[in-house]
Amino acid sequence: MLQNIKLRGIIAIVVILAGVFYLLPSVTSSLPSLWKDNVDKIHLGLDLRGGMHLVLEVETDKAVESAVERISNALKDVLMEKRIRFRHLDRVNGTMITLELANQKASDRFAEVINDLFPNLVRQNSEWTNGKEKVYLTLKSKEIETIKKFAVEQSLETIRNRVDQFGVSEPEIIPQSNDRILIQLPGVKDPKRAINLIGKTALLEFKLVDEEHSLDEALKKGIAPAGSMIAYESRIDSTTGQRRKIPFLLKAKTLLTGDSLENAQVKISDRFGEPYVALKFNSQGARDFDRITRENVKKRLAIVLDGIVHSAPVIQERISGGNAQITGTFSMDEAHDLAIVLRAGALPAPVRILEQRTVGPSLGQDSIDKGLMSIIIGGILVVLFMTLYYRYSGLVANIALILNLILILGALAAFKATLTLPGIAGIVLTIGMAVDANVLIFERIREEFRLGKSPRAAIAGGYSKALITIIDANITTLIAALVLFQFGTGPVKGFAVTLSIGIVCSMFTAIFVTRIIYDYFIWYKKVETVSI
Amino acid sequence: MELIKPGTNINFVGKMKIAFMISLGVIAIGIASLVVHGGLNLGIDFAGGTLVQVKFSEATNVDKIRDALGTINLENSIIQQFGYKINNEYLIKTEKSSSELKGLSDNIGEALATVYSKDEFEIRRVEVVGPKVGKDLRQKGILAIVYAMIGILIYITWRFEFRYAIGAILALSHDVLITVGVFSLLNKEFTLPIIAALLTIIGYSLNDTIVVYDRIRENLRGLKKGGLEHIINSSVNQTLSRTILTSGTTLLVVGALFFLGGAVIHDFAFALLIGVIIGTYSSIFIASPIVLAWESVKPSKRKRKR
Repeated sequence: MLQNIKLRGIIAIVVILAGVFYLLPSVTSSLPSLWKDNVDKIHLGLDLRGGMHLVLEVETDKAVESAVERISNALKDVLMEKRIRFRHLDRVNGTMITLELANQKASDRFAEVINDLFPNLVRQNSEWTNGKEKVYLTLKSKEIETIKKFAVEQSLETIRNRVDQFGVSEPEIIPQSNDRILIQLPGVKDPKRAINLIGKTALLEFKLVDEEHSLDEALKKGIAPAGSMIAYESRIDSTTGQRRKIPFLLKAKTLLTGDSLENAQVKISDRFGEPYVALKFNSQGARDFDRITRENVKKRLAIVLDGIVHSAPVIQERISGGNAQITGTFSMDEAHDLAIVLRAGALPAPVRILEQRTVGPSLGQDSIDKGLMSIIIGGILVVLFMTLYYRYSGLVANIALILNLILILGALAAFKATLTLPGIAGIVLTIGMAVDANVLIFERIREEFRLGKSPRAAIAGGYSKALITIIDANITTLIAALVLFQFGTGPVKGFAVTLSIGIVCSMFTAIFVTRIIYDYFIWYKKVETVSI
Repeated sequence: MELIKPGTNINFVGKMKIAFMISLGVIAIGIASLVVHGGLNLGIDFAGGTLVQVKFSEATNVDKIRDALGTINLENSIIQQFGYKINNEYLIKTEKSSSELKGLSDNIGEALATVYSKDEFEIRRVEVVGPKVGKDLRQKGILAIVYAMIGILIYITWRFEFRYAIGAILALSHDVLITVGVFSLLNKEFTLPIIAALLTIIGYSLNDTIVVYDRIRENLRGLKKGGLEHIINSSVNQTLSRTILTSGTTLLVVGALFFLGGAVIHDFAFALLIGVIIGTYSSIFIASPIVLAWESVKPSKRKRKR
């Protein structure tokens, strides 16, 4: 028996020292650096440290649509090149391509083209009228799935890049269900700017201004001529300070996109001291830009970002070397963020914000202070009560309670769990419930004493009878906590984690550790009475 | 010190009918309140919408804030004092969410700036939940409670008997219904942390119930004289002291949380406070008597596991 107590004592001390080892770096910073660097501080949730929580939905349907758009453009080019006679090649309902083939010969050759060059397209339907065939094409469903999956992965990667360049410490960017992305940005002070940076599609396009048709007529009719489109520039009037929208008639065809960029940097213009974004194309992009500018001297080239015209300068001469610039009326921050999103690349599809939660750092600190205050006051009340009610045995329970707190916090640090505000509530609750195990044991021991048993027998009996009850009761609470963990998000998950850790730690301290203390006094000190 | 003297024998089972009546009455009031209010007062977690918490450096009032919001046509938002009056904190809530009004929270900041100077207020918290997410969270919340109940049902059936599981589940449903009813009566907002509180209440109340059941099982094994009614009654009495002590210590800490934990966690602590009290009551007056009531409906064959 004595041997046994020693062994159990050693186990308890090792576990508690481990708890202290993991906890200390979170409490004080005056520790050897070897210790500090290898043990993480308790990770605080966004509701405590302040920051931004975002859930985005990638509009994967849009990615499919733009893929269909690209394919239909490619199809058009191939059909023209092979001199297959067709009319009315259009994209309808977002993801369907329709076209009309002039005769049987065209139909046969078209079928060959689809077979050889566009294996991802399937013919949904075709109608013959007056010797002409109308064909309806869609993408194969497997291809659609691939595009959607790729769009989410690509968005994740792009957003990660943007956030990294923005410089947020410890960001978390993780996929959630099919098309959702969860983003946690601790310490972000300007949510508007962060959302702009993350949520911007940043599709950069170069398009020619349509100078053959009349802009006024298009505006009057409300529809642009075939092959053209209306886009707006948003400009802040320097005299009135009002935002004005300036319309443009652009050729629909995109000549070059942001994909061809190698770099984008903020520069300050010599003349006005205003920031602008300097673009550098990659080698293919530079060749394309060279050709475009050569072929269109004296025409206007519009720089369009996410459908909004930024500027539409006249091409004065052929531009070789692959440099261009986006000017406009930006602030320094805006120019800086624009350069980041251009460097990181466009999102393959627009994203929509489903959920946004921002907590300011002062509120977080408030919550920490108040949470700690409740833990301390609640703890003191419980400690006083237990001492009053159970005397020395109460003290034993209190030791267990304090060790329990150390273990919970140590475990939180060791498992890199996140402490949230409801998590603090979980700890407070655990304090109340942790003494429950001791109350059960003590009440049983009292009963054993009433039956006239010796201290040794009463304690052994009390522990063994209470044990099953404690385990049954705690496992059912654990079931509730685990379900909570499975279904909860963010702060609620944090609550489930602390509650679960609390249950496990309290069983260890309230049963295992207190028993050692009793056994020590009874077997070593030969105590004859128990104060309970 | 002893609160409950040993040998105490209160006839809890005899008061079964009265207790059932009281509980049913309270639940009925809660349901009536739900009907009158047209369902729970769902927070933006479940209903979708925008919530902005603003702290002002000096005392202000709801009307002045409403005037400021009028500049962006949000004068119909719910504006309410948050936490203690001396903190000058207010919550602004609208049903609109980001998908309808992009950057709503920024607009609110700008609107406030038309009436207050920039350093007179601080936006401390912004929550925007889209309607789609709200629906998801609502489903997940309900599912969480259902799954927790199923898990518990299985565990208790395995450890005890099915009729005990029925008693426990009815007692838990009782606790959840009453807590939800109180929230509806006081028109308190029902949010995601409240679901967490409900699950905690389930865990806590169960804890209490299991302790009594365990005693019943033990006493049955000893097969003392007297019927099931007698055994249940003495089991409840034997564990009464523990039930009250643990409720007491738990209430001490939850009370600390309620009074000192701050406004953000106030309703959460309130739910726990109600739940602990109701949970204690139900494990004495509801959970065990139901085992007895079930016995009269469907007598067990006296075959017990373990």
